[in-house]
Amino acid sequence: MSGFATQFKSNAQRVTGDLKHRDLIQSALRKYDVVRTKTASTFQDWQAARRTASSIKWDAINHLDKHLEQLVGKLEARGTVVHWASTGVQARKIILDIIAEKKARSIIKSKAMTAEEIHLNEAMEKAGYEVVESDLGEFIVQLRKEPPYHIVFPAMHLSRDDISELFTKELGSAPTREPEELTMIARRVLRSKYITADIGITGANFAIAETGMISITENEGNARLTAALPRTMITLVGIEKVLPRLGDLALFLPMLATAGTGQALTCYNSMYGGPRQADECDGPDEWHVVLLDNHRTELLANAEQRDALHCIRCGACLNVCPIYKNIGGHTYGTTYQGPIGSVITPHLRGLQNWKHLSFASSLCGACTETCPVKIDLHHHLLQNRRNAAAEKPVWWEKIAFKGFAFVANRRWAWRWGIRIGSWLQPLHPLVKGTRLDPMRPWTKTREFPPLAKETFKDYWKKRNDRA
Amino acid sequence: MTERENILGRVREALRNPAPAPGAHDALHPTGATAGQPVSRWLPKVGQSYEERLALFKSNAEGLKAVFHLVKNQPEMVACLETIRDAEGWKRVASHQGQLTDAVVTELNLPVMLTDAGYDVNLLEQSDVGITECDALIAQTGSVLVTSRSAGGRALSVLPPHHVVLARKEQLLADLPEAFELLTKRYGTSYPSFISFITGPSRTGDIERILVLGAHGPKKLTIICF
Amino acid sequence: MNVTLFIPCFIDSIYPRVGISMVRILEKLGHRVEVPMELNCCGQPGFNSGCWAEARLVAEKVVARLRNAEVVVIASGSCGAMLKVFYKELFAGTPLEADAKVLSTKCYEFSDFLVSKLGVTDLGARFPHKVTFHDGCHGLRELGIKQPPRQLLAKVQGLELVEMSEAETCCGFGGTFAAKFPMISTAMGEVKCASACDTKADYIVSNDASCLMHIQGLIDRQGKPIRTISLAEVLASE
Repeated sequence: MSGFATQFKSNAQRVTGDLKHRDLIQSALRKYDVVRTKTASTFQDWQAARRTASSIKWDAINHLDKHLEQLVGKLEARGTVVHWASTGVQARKIILDIIAEKKARSIIKSKAMTAEEIHLNEAMEKAGYEVVESDLGEFIVQLRKEPPYHIVFPAMHLSRDDISELFTKELGSAPTREPEELTMIARRVLRSKYITADIGITGANFAIAETGMISITENEGNARLTAALPRTMITLVGIEKVLPRLGDLALFLPMLATAGTGQALTCYNSMYGGPRQADECDGPDEWHVVLLDNHRTELLANAEQRDALHCIRCGACLNVCPIYKNIGGHTYGTTYQGPIGSVITPHLRGLQNWKHLSFASSLCGACTETCPVKIDLHHHLLQNRRNAAAEKPVWWEKIAFKGFAFVANRRWAWRWGIRIGSWLQPLHPLVKGTRLDPMRPWTKTREFPPLAKETFKDYWKKRNDRA
Repeated sequence: MTERENILGRVREALRNPAPAPGAHDALHPTGATAGQPVSRWLPKVGQSYEERLALFKSNAEGLKAVFHLVKNQPEMVACLETIRDAEGWKRVASHQGQLTDAVVTELNLPVMLTDAGYDVNLLEQSDVGITECDALIAQTGSVLVTSRSAGGRALSVLPPHHVVLARKEQLLADLPEAFELLTKRYGTSYPSFISFITGPSRTGDIERILVLGAHGPKKLTIICF
Repeated sequence: MNVTLFIPCFIDSIYPRVGISMVRILEKLGHRVEVPMELNCCGQPGFNSGCWAEARLVAEKVVARLRNAEVVVIASGSCGAMLKVFYKELFAGTPLEADAKVLSTKCYEFSDFLVSKLGVTDLGARFPHKVTFHDGCHGLRELGIKQPPRQLLAKVQGLELVEMSEAETCCGFGGTFAAKFPMISTAMGEVKCASACDTKADYIVSNDASCLMHIQGLIDRQGKPIRTISLAEVLASE
């Protein structure tokens, strides 16, 4: 077991036993479920929408080179500076170089999972720059010095009292139980940051090849301000964010909102096509778009799992995942949590170290059922398991399953196996729950049923003998 | 070799292996049937007549806590604006040059900062209201479509605490597909660098999933239409 | 019809009454039932663990033995999904690929067989209790089975069905998952039990006895006021 797997299990042990946490997350996600179901039902045909979205993303990813070339050509034609980064290290260097060149003092950031992925904030802070997260949830977890709990709702795990305490401690504000007041505190603090920031850094939800635009989806308005006020704007975008046509957004914007938060549309969906143009009165003088690979081309080469790149980062799979609901976002220890995180993290960070996330699933399939672009998520977890075992067999498991096959394939061995088991079972209470108990993973929390004195096959044989 | 060549090279190499067709894994719900159908067939219904669509826009916008005033003519639009001005005690107004805004905003008898030739951000931040025109109103979602060209830049409609939109009845579109068609038709040879679909006042649910308006963008969105 | 009954390992060794109930029902409907005595497992444990070669050692026998079956009825959703859906993946690119595809067309989970293939919903059963139904994930999502169990339960005399809010939420068994990640498995089971108990039903019914094994294990350990029973047993009750 890798160190990450050990850490995962230990965190899972702690969080699954935290009933207060369980109630908080279960009730938050139950509410989401109700709203999402209601909004999806307003579609004339949600399933047809999913199928269409799946086809469009298939086209986007399976012609990625063509679309990327068109995207970049269109962006550059209007003065955008496009950078290509094969690795996170390169992306960080590109961004830090821009910041240094601008002699920036203050940087404001809107939500970007790719920035989390490459640990951009840490790199900027280490280089001595002040970076402020403008999204309220990200702002909160930044103050708490912890990673986001959920890719869409970074502070889902915190109560209003947690946040009030945090603001009092870090911002010196008066304690309050009102979410409205807490939001206004953050708004006031961040207002001045927008106006004084030299650099605004954003992520991207979609990259439109046909017109050379980056589409950003949000509710708060912080991304719009990040893209409007600072003199220099930097946008970090994974190469898989591509959509072929502008008109594709007519489907993807409402689907992202519906699946992500249960809204028909989020408050602001903005498309950026360049830095401030000659006839425009505001916007950044310079816009840098950094295209990030960081193992995406490796996942692309895996034709079986390529559709994992169709992901639009809506978070719906997290919201319906019973594992996520019980272990929470931090337990994963990765940038991307939940089912999509379990599928892609082995590709981003290494299979052997992260295969445990693929095993920590009952393969219930709720994720695959809900994914708006029909990624075959839970089957990818099975494929990760198979690939991990093929790459580095777990020898005792192989031997155990070979032994099991030996027994299962022979009537006499099976019959005797059960018979011996049922003789030994009365002795089980002697070791039950102790370290000597072979059933300990089960019996720690559950009773195990008695093996039948007369098995089905015994009954069937008797019946046939009688006949 | 540049990184561009590296990455594109890897992409091309990767795509030599064909992927299964979309939805191939889902035998229970195969993909085929949807091919070639317009997306508006799957999106929420929008009604057939103009009246239905106008009613849908109003109900959607109000559901989002935006305020929608349908007035008969330009003088009524001015009167409506004056009422809000008095109710909220506006001192400073920000706006942009435009056919509607030119005519209407001057009637308020307040100092108006126009963004068109550039502006002082601090003054914009201190404005009580940003009054803009728009490209379209979208019935399906209760959204207002703006661009840097139709709404005085990127910040005017998002920095002041109240965003007022002046619209014409003819600007009502049925749904999102129509909105994107409009953008292509109107700007296809030279898009503005900023396009935005505004759907209600700014909001957040980041604190215990409780809805709070006015997170960073405007707390109030008013649409006046004649 | 000649019905070949596939009896999963845990039905044979722990819940034979599920299999016995199925036999009674099918014979009452006038079908001939045969049980291949040499088949003891579908191979899912190895398959789910990523040990596909070892899983094939078991699954090969199943595919070979069932080649000539007219129709195969499986006593659980998870084994049903294994035979009907996953064998095609497991044997892809091997000599048994074609056989696996043919087998898939002949496989039915029990409730699906009764309702979709035989068109039968009323078995003359009587079970005068308040029950709630747990949808086993494999049956629900891999095989698309949602209505058949409910259509069957609707015809059981005296039975009152109350749906629980978490009917479709995974119970946490997941095969080897229950042993590899017991703390998560247990938490999921507790959520399921709590939702079931909220309905005030006397019984949790399911078409997947492996789920029930896990849920009953928690009920017994924690002393919850509810019991589990398989769908087959309910349908065979008089």
